[in-house]
Amino acid sequence: MRVPLSWLREYVDLPAGETGRDIQAKLIRAGLEVEGVELLGADLKGPLVVGQVLAIEELTEFKKPIRYCQVDVGDANGTGEPQNIVCGARNFAVGDKVVVVLPGAVLPGPFPIAARQTYGKTSEGMICSARELGMGDDHDGIIVLPPEYEPGTDAIELLELVDEVLDIAVTADRGYCLSLRGVARETAIAYDLPLRDPALIDVPPANSYGPPVKVEDQTGCDRFVARSVVGVDPAAKSPIWMQRRIQKAGMRPISLAVDITNYVMLEMGQPLHAYDRHRIDGAITVRRATAGEKLRTLDGVERTLDAEDLLICDDSGPIGIAGVMGGAGTEIADAAVDPETGEVTGTTEIVIEAAHFTPVSIARSARRHKLPSEAAKRFERGVDPEATKAAAQRAVDLLVLVAGGTAEAGVTDIVAPRPVHSIAIAADLPDRVAGQEYGRETVVRRLQEVGCTVVGTDVLVVTPPTWRPDLTDPNDLCEEVIRLEGYENLPSTLPNVPAGRGLTEAQRLRRRIGVALASAGQVEVQNYPFIGEAVLDALGIEAGDPRRETVKIANPISHEEPSLRTTLLPGLLGALHRNVGRGTTDVALFELGRVFRVDGTAETLYHAPRLPVDRRPTEDEIAQLNAALPRQPHRVGAVFAGHRDPQGWWGKAQAWSWADAVEAARTVADAAGVELTVRQDQHTPWHPGRCAGLYVGEVLVGHAGELHPRVVKALNLPERTCAMELDLDLLTAGGAVKAEGPKISTFPVATQDVALVVDDAVKAADVEAALRAGAGELLESLRLFDVYRGESIGAGRKSLAYALRFRAADRTLTADEASAARESAVAEAATRVGATLRG
Amino acid sequence: MSAPNKSYDPVEVEALKPEEIERLRDEAIAAFAAATDLDALHEAKVAHTGDRSPLALANREIGALPPAAKADAGKRVGAARGAVNKALAGRKVELEAERDARVLVEEAVDVTLPYDRAPRGGRHPLTTFAERLMDVFTAMGYSVAEGPEVEAEWLNFDALNMGPDHPARSTQDTFFLKDADSVVLRTHTSGVQIRSLLAAAEPPVYVICPGRVFRSDELDATHTPVFNQVELLAVDEGLTMADLKGTLDHMVQSLFGEGISTRLRPNYFPFTEPSAEMDMVCFVCRGESVGNPDRPCRTCSSEGWIELGGCGMVNPRVLVACGIDPNKYSGFAFGFGIERMLMFRHNVEDMRDIVEGDVRFTLPFGMEI
Ligand SMILES: [Zn+2]
Repeated sequence: MRVPLSWLREYVDLPAGETGRDIQAKLIRAGLEVEGVELLGADLKGPLVVGQVLAIEELTEFKKPIRYCQVDVGDANGTGEPQNIVCGARNFAVGDKVVVVLPGAVLPGPFPIAARQTYGKTSEGMICSARELGMGDDHDGIIVLPPEYEPGTDAIELLELVDEVLDIAVTADRGYCLSLRGVARETAIAYDLPLRDPALIDVPPANSYGPPVKVEDQTGCDRFVARSVVGVDPAAKSPIWMQRRIQKAGMRPISLAVDITNYVMLEMGQPLHAYDRHRIDGAITVRRATAGEKLRTLDGVERTLDAEDLLICDDSGPIGIAGVMGGAGTEIADAAVDPETGEVTGTTEIVIEAAHFTPVSIARSARRHKLPSEAAKRFERGVDPEATKAAAQRAVDLLVLVAGGTAEAGVTDIVAPRPVHSIAIAADLPDRVAGQEYGRETVVRRLQEVGCTVVGTDVLVVTPPTWRPDLTDPNDLCEEVIRLEGYENLPSTLPNVPAGRGLTEAQRLRRRIGVALASAGQVEVQNYPFIGEAVLDALGIEAGDPRRETVKIANPISHEEPSLRTTLLPGLLGALHRNVGRGTTDVALFELGRVFRVDGTAETLYHAPRLPVDRRPTEDEIAQLNAALPRQPHRVGAVFAGHRDPQGWWGKAQAWSWADAVEAARTVADAAGVELTVRQDQHTPWHPGRCAGLYVGEVLVGHAGELHPRVVKALNLPERTCAMELDLDLLTAGGAVKAEGPKISTFPVATQDVALVVDDAVKAADVEAALRAGAGELLESLRLFDVYRGESIGAGRKSLAYALRFRAADRTLTADEASAARESAVAEAATRVGATLRG
Repeated sequence: MSAPNKSYDPVEVEALKPEEIERLRDEAIAAFAAATDLDALHEAKVAHTGDRSPLALANREIGALPPAAKADAGKRVGAARGAVNKALAGRKVELEAERDARVLVEEAVDVTLPYDRAPRGGRHPLTTFAERLMDVFTAMGYSVAEGPEVEAEWLNFDALNMGPDHPARSTQDTFFLKDADSVVLRTHTSGVQIRSLLAAAEPPVYVICPGRVFRSDELDATHTPVFNQVELLAVDEGLTMADLKGTLDHMVQSLFGEGISTRLRPNYFPFTEPSAEMDMVCFVCRGESVGNPDRPCRTCSSEGWIELGGCGMVNPRVLVACGIDPNKYSGFAFGFGIERMLMFRHNVEDMRDIVEGDVRFTLPFGMEI
C-alpha cells in the first residue's frame, strides 16, 4: 500500500513539520511494515506554470516534425509576453492548456532548464510530459490540462508534484491497512490524535426501489449494497487531484468511472464495481457457478468457471467473478464521439456495487484463475462489511460531483445476519504474555483505541470493530495492547531452562565425521538435492535400480532436475566438475546430507491424512503422517580428483586414488566407532575392478573406489576420479563399539618380518586374517610393508611382506617364543590361502 | 716386549737422555698443533704416541735400566708422555669442534621452502555456523531437534495455524511433490517444532531446530531455493515476550559480542501471536553510521540495525493442535536463515558463493567459525 502524506493528512491533523521519515518510524513501532518513504519532487524547482498555446508553427525541415509554439504563461515570465518554445510532441492543439517549465527551473533528475538554441530557434523553456515531471512513466505525450486553469497558475501546486509517499508492506492480518482509512487510524493512534473517519458520512437508509439484487448464496455474500447514478457525462474526465492521488498510490488512472471506484477503494478499503446499467439484463444475482460455465473477464480472457466460484450474474448469465474481476460485457463503455453530429456517446447510467464476500471464497477464486487483483487482495484479507454503504455513497457523491450525474433515491442493501463475535479475555492476560505490568486501565484504553468495545472488570468481554476480522483470539488482543505500548519497551529476561544433555550421539557423530574428513584434506560442500534423469544415465544406473526410483517435484526450479537425489554422488561430482572447471584441479570434497528413497516404502507414500487442528493427533494419525514420507537417510559421500600430494622439491606427485576413497570410509567408520570390513565388489558407477563394498558385519553400508572410466567420460570428469558413499543410518545401526582401556605392556617388543608368496587373486585382507589367527595372542600388531610381483616368484603370483610385532603382557619373550608364533602364523596362512614363505 | 736387562747402563742409552726426551715431547706437541684436521691429527698421534713412536720406544727401554736409574728415567718419560697426551686431547677437542661447526653449516637448509604437500580440508561455514548456534543454546539447556526434509503438510502448515486457505500459505513458494497429497518439501523447520511438541508427553520443551528448507526461488545473489534455517521453540509455564527478548539478546551477544542488543517490531506470522520481526544493533558500526554520511556502514546500509528474522509467542492454536493446554502453558519461538546471517557476519557478497561448493570459498573458514 502506497500512502501519499498529502492524502493522509486529510484524515489526521499531523504536526506541520512531521516528515515521512518521522511517520515511518512511528508506524513501524506500531507494527506497520513501512518499507520506505518516496520523496516526490524533492529536487523540483519552479517556475513551472500553466500555459495556453497561442500559435503553432510546424517546422518540417528536420528528421522528425518539430513545433515552434507561442505560449501564454500569464505574468510568470515577468513580461506577460508569450513564451517561444520548441516542442517535439504533437498531442496538443492551439488553445490547449499545457504545463510549461521556464528557464531557471529544475526538473526532477535534476535537470536544470535554460533558454537554448535548438532546431534553429531559441526555446525559452519546455512544454512538459508526465514523465518529465516525475508523475509516472505511462504517458509519452505532453500533459494537456482541463481548460479551467488560468495561464500562469503554479503547476507544482496544481499537480501536487511535491509530496512524500509511504510504502507499506501490509501483512496478511492487517487487511484494513490496505486503505487510507486504516493507515490513518494507525497514524492517529500513534500520534494520539483524533481521526476523521471517511466512512462516517451521511447515508440514506435502504429502501425497496434501488437497483434489483438477488443474493442466492448468503454464506458467500453477506452484504450487497447497490446504488445508481443517471445523467453521467460520458466525456467527463477524472479531475487532476484524483488522478494524482491514484498515481501516487501506485495505480493507473484509466477512466472516470474506474478511477472513482479505485479512489474509493484506496480511501476506504472497500472494492467497488461499476456497471453500465443499460448493459445489465434484469436483476443482479449473486450465486455459485455451475461447473463449466464460461465468462469473458475484463482482461479479455475467456474463463471456465468452477462450481466453487462465486458469481455476479444477470438474466443473461455471469457478468463477473465476485470480488475478483468483472466481466467484459457490462463494462463501462468508453466515450466515443459521433463524427457527424459531434455528440459524445458512452455510459450515462451507472450502477455501483459495494458488497462483502467471504474471504476464503475470494482467495480460492483468485488463485484458481490466477487473478490477484487489487479487489481480491483486499477481500482475501478481510474488508469492513459495515463500510459498504459509505463506500457506495462516496462513489455516488463523486459521480455527481465530477461527472455531472444525478443520484437516484433507490438504495439496495441486502444484509445477511452476521453473529457478533466477542472475545473473553482476562484483564491481566496482556501483562502475562508480555512479562510486563500494564494494568487493566491501559489494556482497556488500548483496545478501545483500535475500535473495540470493552466491558467487564477482571474478565473483559471485547467486541472487535467490524474492520478487524483478524481479532479472533485473546492473544490477538494482547498483541494490540503490547504493540501500542511499544515492543521496544519490553524488558529482557531469561527463562529457567531445565538442565540439558547436550547433543545426541548422532549429532556428535556428524560433527566428528566432518572434522575427521576435513582434517584428512577434504572440503565440505552442501549441494542442492535436485537431480534429473541425465545424471543417472551418465552414472550408468540402470532401470530397476532403486536409485532410479526418485521423489519427484511437481514444480521444480528446473525441468532438467525435477527429482530429489537418491545418492549424494550427482551433487558431489557436479561440485567437483565446477571446481576443476574453475582451475582447482586437485580437489577432494565431502558432503553430509540426506537422500530420498522410495524403495521399501508402502502404498501410504505421499498420502498424508488431513488432520484437524483443534486437538492433538492420535499416535495412529502421527504414524500415518510419517508413513506418507519417503525414507530420508543421512549419508556421507566424498569424491577425489587430481593430486593428493603435489609434485614439489620433496619429490614426485601422488594422485588421489581408489585407496584414498576407501580410507575415507574407514575414517568415517573410525569416527563412528564401528569396525568396517572391506570386500571386493562390483557396483555402478564404480570401476568393476576397483570397487570396494563396505560392510558392518554382514550389512552392506556403502561403496568406495575409482569411478568407471565410462562414467568419468560421460560426466566430463578428470581421469581416475574416485568416490565414496556411506549410509550413516546403516553404519550406526548397531551402535558404536565402546573403547576398552588398553593394558600397556612395558616388556620389550620382538619384531619378525615375513614375506609370503600367494596367488594374485588372493586378497590381502584374507592373508592378514590368516596371519592374525595363526599368530595368536602374542601378536601385538601386523603391518603390510611391501607388495612385490616379479619373475623370481613366478607369473600370476605376488609376495606380501609383513612386519609382525610380538609382545607379552607379563614377560620378555624369548627368541624361540617369537619365532614359534611367527611360524604358526605362516602355517595358518599356508592353510587358508596357500601362502608359501618367499625363499 | 723385551725383558729387563740388568747390565744396562743408562749413560749409554742415548734415547733416555733428558734433553732427548724433551725434544721428542716438543716434537709431538708441535706436530699435534700443526695438524689441521682430525685425519692429520690421527697420523700425528700414530707417529708420536703409537707403539713404534720414539717415546713409546723410550718407555720400553726404561725396563732395561738398573734399578737406581729406573725411577728417574720413568719419571721423566712419564711426564713427557703425559704432556703429549694432554696436547693430543686438547687438539682433538679443538678440531672436533671445528669439524662440528663446519658440518652444521654445511647441513643448513632453506627453512622458508614451502611445504604444501598435505591436502587442505575444511568444513562448510553453514555447517559450522549452525554448530556454533547450537552450542550457544545447548549451553543454555536446549536440545537440538531434527526432522525430515520432505514433510507432511499438516506438520509444515496446518498445525502451525496455516490452514489450506490461509493467505500466508500461498506466499511460501512451496515445492510440491508430484502425485502426492499433502506432502511437500518443508518450507521451514517449524514442522520439527511440532514434532518436538508431539513427542513430549508434557512441557517443558526447549529445542533448537536447524536444518535445510526449500522455497521455489531462483538462485541469485541474495536468494537460493535451498537454504538453512535455525528455529527455536520454548514451551513452559509462564513464558513471556520478555523471555523471548532476553533469549534473543543472549544469542546475539554470544555470536556478535557484548553489548549488542535486539529490537522487536510488530509483524504477523500465523504461528505466533503476538508476532515480531527481530533486529539487532549493527555489530560493525553499532548504529553510529545512522545520519552520518562520512562514516557509511556497508553491513547495515547505515540503518544501524540488521534484520534477523521472525519471532513471537507461540500461537495458542498451535499448542492446541499439539494437545498442550494453552491456559497452562505458553511459549516463544523464533527463526532465521543461516545464509543471511553468514553473509553479514562474514561479509559474503554473493549467495552463489555459498551454495556452489567452490573450495576457494570454504577453505578460509577452517574447522570452526
Ligand atoms: Zn552498521
